[in-house]
Amino acid sequence: MTPAVSFQAISRHFGRVKAVDRVDLDIARGEFFAMLGPSGSGKTTCLRLIAGFEQPTAGHIEIFGETAEGVPPYRRNVNTVFQDYALFPHLNVADNVAYGLMVRGVGRRQRMQRAAEALDLVQLAGYGERRPGQLSGGQRQRVALARALINEPKVLLLDEPLGALDLKLREQMQEELKALQKKLGITFVFVTHDQGEALSMADRVAVFNEGRVMQVGTPQEIYQRPVSRFVADFVGSSNVVPPDFVERVCGKRAWGSLRPEAIRIDPPERGTGVNAQVLSSSYLGAATRLTLDAEGLRLQATVPSGTTVPQVGEAVALGFDPDALHIMEGEA
Amino acid sequence: MNAATMLDTTPAPAILAGRGGLFGRLSDLFWRRPRFLLLLLLAPPLLWLGIVYLGSLFALLLQSFFSIDEFSGLIRYEPTLKTYGELLQPANLDIILRSIVMAALVTLASGVVAFPIAYYAARYARGKWKALFYLGVMLPLWSSYLVKVYAWKLILAKEGILNWLFAELHLTWLLDAWLSLPIVGGNSLSFSYTGTFIVFLYAWMPFMILPTQAALERVPANLLEASADLGATPGQTFRNVLFPLAVPGLVAGSIFTFSLTLGDYIIPQIIGTSRLFLGQAVYAHQGTAGNIPLAAAFTVVPIVVMGLYLWMAKRMGAFDAL
Repeated sequence: MTPAVSFQAISRHFGRVKAVDRVDLDIARGEFFAMLGPSGSGKTTCLRLIAGFEQPTAGHIEIFGETAEGVPPYRRNVNTVFQDYALFPHLNVADNVAYGLMVRGVGRRQRMQRAAEALDLVQLAGYGERRPGQLSGGQRQRVALARALINEPKVLLLDEPLGALDLKLREQMQEELKALQKKLGITFVFVTHDQGEALSMADRVAVFNEGRVMQVGTPQEIYQRPVSRFVADFVGSSNVVPPDFVERVCGKRAWGSLRPEAIRIDPPERGTGVNAQVLSSSYLGAATRLTLDAEGLRLQATVPSGTTVPQVGEAVALGFDPDALHIMEGEA
Repeated sequence: MNAATMLDTTPAPAILAGRGGLFGRLSDLFWRRPRFLLLLLLAPPLLWLGIVYLGSLFALLLQSFFSIDEFSGLIRYEPTLKTYGELLQPANLDIILRSIVMAALVTLASGVVAFPIAYYAARYARGKWKALFYLGVMLPLWSSYLVKVYAWKLILAKEGILNWLFAELHLTWLLDAWLSLPIVGGNSLSFSYTGTFIVFLYAWMPFMILPTQAALERVPANLLEASADLGATPGQTFRNVLFPLAVPGLVAGSIFTFSLTLGDYIIPQIIGTSRLFLGQAVYAHQGTAGNIPLAAAFTVVPIVVMGLYLWMAKRMGAFDAL
């Protein structure tokens, strides 16, 4: 089956800046795909290339097997939920939601009925008469979602849609978006700089840096087997360990990554070979995170609550399963 | 600084002493009573606007309820509606109608011409080009209005550059055909309503461009993207998003062009036919004719027209996006 979206050697340059640099990417039909990366990494430009707001400098884009470059946004059956929602301030909520039907010439009665259904879908039934200015951030977000879904797009693009919401609402919306995607079966492409969000919501994640895709994979692959120092650093708080250290543990000279929860804290007399000192500790509720100085190497370790937690300044020995040390192949 | 040295020095007080002096005490006073500061700032302009300006306007309007004695030419200070009756005579109604139609046409044309310029300035012009835009729009406002009007008289004259240009393009027949039309035509452009219209349009253009540009600048680019994203063609985006959001600016600009055209008495005097416009009528009646009541009654007309216009604009939802 042809992918929902296919990037073939796509570049987008702004003057001398390579916002997107020779990206190859396939997004499968019906999947929840996250584009993750720091700001300026090219993820939003990639989203805009799918929407049609940007045209590639070089390369080829296909949407459901059809050539997309040179096609204006209004001829793409792709809809966007904008970062700051971009609701029309002069229209009420129902007219905002029905906008896509209005410009396609759907009659007013049918339009209003489908707008009401779409508002129902995002749990905003009865809000049609209000103005966007009278809604809270979370409600506006739902209106933007309903407005984008009413055209029944082949691909739904979401540009940091949860960025402006507070933590509690964000977690709730994450659940709802995931449930909605499963229910509708539409391909969702989600841009975020929040690795937690990407890992918890997406079926697959692409990690962006400096206009290039560093790694594509399931959240488990990305988290447990990062290919490079950048990915390990950016996705979760994995410890990046230099070749010297890796060589001592498994005899192979390469960069490695070690997840904080894989590190075991032993009393110093156990003598596993790596001694460390606790520099600081912060209580996270379910666990305590320790920052350790292991013979000049700074490491993060998490100790689950209920076990003995060493004090700051205490000398400890570190233990871990050699299998837990992941060798990053993509790092020279 | 480490903790030890911090403990050595005398601790800084949690509440600092007042700065003292007149200005220090004033600052404290203004902070405690912000309304007092507001009053102090607003009183002079409000006195000016309220008493000097509005007061004299009302004094003038009051005159419209007096009448003039036809024999002695003196003003009779008794309240009457006789002057308004005079205002509704066919000759005066002609003046009012002519002025309103001209003002409406000038406003409409300004909107049509100003919009693309304002759109370019708001959406595309950056840096140097933006500065050039402001300069280009404002520059005409810096030179004398009379000089510009007389310059237009020369441009539009029979021996003027415009006639010459039409002749060079072998289009004299077109100009002649236009000038032979009733009402809009005339002896030459500088002696026709068309000429008056062109000069009005030129003179008030900046007042339409600037508010429209300000309104367009406030339209976030992502609203236009959202519209295209939802399937609207550029034309639909213009009609359904861009134009409705620019309307408050267009209305603000039209208030300028409309009322300036209604009130002006110099342009129609220098360029156009000998038929009077509102401003000229007011000027003539309060000056040489000494008929202050009728001049005052004429002054009421633009106020009523503008009031009706704004009320209609509001009813039609022109300010909903504000």
